[in-house]
Amino acid sequence: MLKNIYRRGFLAQLLAVCAWPFAPARGADVGSESVEAMVRKVTGGAKVETGRVKLELPVLADNGNSVSLKVNVDSPMTPANYVKSIHIYAARNPRPNVANFYLGPRAGRAQLSTRVRLGGSQRVLALVALSDGTFWSATADVVVTLSACYDAT
Amino acid sequence: MTARIQVTPNPKRGDVIEIRIAIQHPMETGFRLDDGGRAIPKNVVNKLVCRYNNVEIFRAEMGSGIAANPFLDFFTVAEASGELVFDWVDDQGQTGSERVALTVTG
Repeated sequence: MLKNIYRRGFLAQLLAVCAWPFAPARGADVGSESVEAMVRKVTGGAKVETGRVKLELPVLADNGNSVSLKVNVDSPMTPANYVKSIHIYAARNPRPNVANFYLGPRAGRAQLSTRVRLGGSQRVLALVALSDGTFWSATADVVVTLSACYDAT
Repeated sequence: MTARIQVTPNPKRGDVIEIRIAIQHPMETGFRLDDGGRAIPKNVVNKLVCRYNNVEIFRAEMGSGIAANPFLDFFTVAEASGELVFDWVDDQGQTGSERVALTVTG
């Protein structure tokens, strides 16, 4: 009887110890704010149209720790009509707002490349604010074989 | 913090030039644990500003979603000879700065 209870406790403890390394070590600033809410904060509730933006990501990414990303906006980039900002969101990342880029008429070409981390297969969103007050977006689906962010090593 | 910067060489006035910068930085997410099981604090380059003859032409706000050794590739119009100055700062307050001289002909 006594032996039985001890074994049960031991097994429970063993399970707890095994599970411990998988407990997510999340940062304090990781909130539950949705991408929609973040987009609304940028647009102020204005309508976001699709088109004019081209978001290029590989269809299949072997390693989520470094995925090349390219945004291209159809804009003349003149002082009267230019791209003000580009915002990148990855909903399945612990911090979905990957980056914000601020351009101006002096950019000459509304194009930008960087390398991002992706925490799983998902649809990445690029939101673009133009100087005329309109907002445009594009999405790209990426299959990620090895996710970033959760490799607690 | 060191960075490698490439700018289109010998531009003519009015040319669109490409600027590529790669900063050496781990971009620590804050989700990783060290050998002792303690969380490694988040430390990323959160801001980068590029100025062309003291006029801001590009600014980036980055988070842990940018890969280690952040790489950026953007464009500007070559207007006059001068200097491109890059300034960046990480979560621990460490700053980095790099400047590139630019000679514009025509």
